[in-house]
Amino acid sequence: MTLEILDPTHEGNTGNFAFASRLSALEGTTVGIISNGKRNTIPFFDAFEDELKKTYGVAQVVRAIKSNYSAPADAHIVEEAENWDAVIAGIGD
Amino acid sequence: MILASTRYEVEDILAAQEFYHSRNWTDGLPVVPPTTDAVKACLEWAMLPEDHLIGIEPVRERSITAEKLAINAVMAGCLPMHFPVVVAAVTAMLQEPFLVHGATASTGGCAILVVINGPVRRELGMSGTFNALGSSDRATAVIGRTVRLVLCNLLDVRPGQIDRATLGHPGKLSYCLAEDEEASPWPSLAEDRGIPKEASAVTVMAALGPRQFMNEWTTEPEEILNTYCSEIKGNMRGYSIYPGNYAIIMPPQLRQHFKDAGWTRQDIKQYVFENARIFRREWADVGKGNVVGSRGDQEYPALPDPDHLLLIAAGGPAGGFGSVIPPWLGHKSKAVTVAIGACLDCEPE
Repeated sequence: MTLEILDPTHEGNTGNFAFASRLSALEGTTVGIISNGKRNTIPFFDAFEDELKKTYGVAQVVRAIKSNYSAPADAHIVEEAENWDAVIAGIGD
Repeated sequence: MILASTRYEVEDILAAQEFYHSRNWTDGLPVVPPTTDAVKACLEWAMLPEDHLIGIEPVRERSITAEKLAINAVMAGCLPMHFPVVVAAVTAMLQEPFLVHGATASTGGCAILVVINGPVRRELGMSGTFNALGSSDRATAVIGRTVRLVLCNLLDVRPGQIDRATLGHPGKLSYCLAEDEEASPWPSLAEDRGIPKEASAVTVMAALGPRQFMNEWTTEPEEILNTYCSEIKGNMRGYSIYPGNYAIIMPPQLRQHFKDAGWTRQDIKQYVFENARIFRREWADVGKGNVVGSRGDQEYPALPDPDHLLLIAAGGPAGGFGSVIPPWLGHKSKAVTVAIGACLDCEPE
């Protein structure tokens, strides 16, 4: 005699998310880095910002820091990000 | 009632174990196969339709239905009568101030502590006495385990996926206890947090492992609380200095001294608020001098205010052992209390 059992997972119920459109190049763009705000992220993203500008020709890097590093970005940061060409989720520890 | 979840057919109960383990749908321990009948029995006991929305995880917008919750509860070993407590616990976890995503994703490695109050404890045979923090009875063991399976299966909080914990702690398997209200000199934790005495309730807290101490060498409340405070301060020096919810577990032998001296719950909360605090410079004593900076004389309280202390009466009758359960990371996650059977977001009639 067999046993019929049920799937315990969310089965693809992953919220209403969709990927943003991708850039073909970074040259001349404005890129935002939303840092979680942990102490050691500062020198790391300083170096990363330099790299974006020197190696990839990014025109402007905007740095934003979340008020709570364990929570989603604050509403004003999300609003500001609408003006950027690309966003980097800056998780650091 | 028609369940929406995908059904699988397996040979027998042993095959069911391998089926779930092979898909990483367990916590590593054997599970009760969630058959349609067993899941429906949970839903019927709680009088919830299968598509009832228990809540939505606020960060990743992942919804949790009663059906999916019941499947995981059955797997953890819950009986139908346990299910309303599970519903309340998960409802509480999904409230925004709890920040379940941050707490369960963090390298900090906390678990979700579930504290049960009210008449439901007796109805379900919960103990709250011997071995209170270590699977003292069936109900608390399986309710706490359900929380972990829900995190894994419904929120993808599996080790190495969303769960980025460096170490974690054993409470992740099951971290649930009932307060020993009958032998407590004080109103219950839930009453202290605004729930009527007649109601049953669940309190959840993003919690580290318990820090046990012993002080059988005094009857003075202040001295006993100083030992509690020393554990809190040890956590502040070694782990996180930031204030938040701290739970303290007090067994009967220690409670008796407070009862004899006429101390109220509020008196205890006030004493801990005033005395559990350290200076930032104390970090230098434990190898963390590099982050003292220029604010060495700044004083940090363990509690933002006295009400952030969760005083829980629990433990076996003998032994002057108390325990401090520190928060995951200061105030970033706040303890949440929800009455069992209450609907938080229902529209009024």
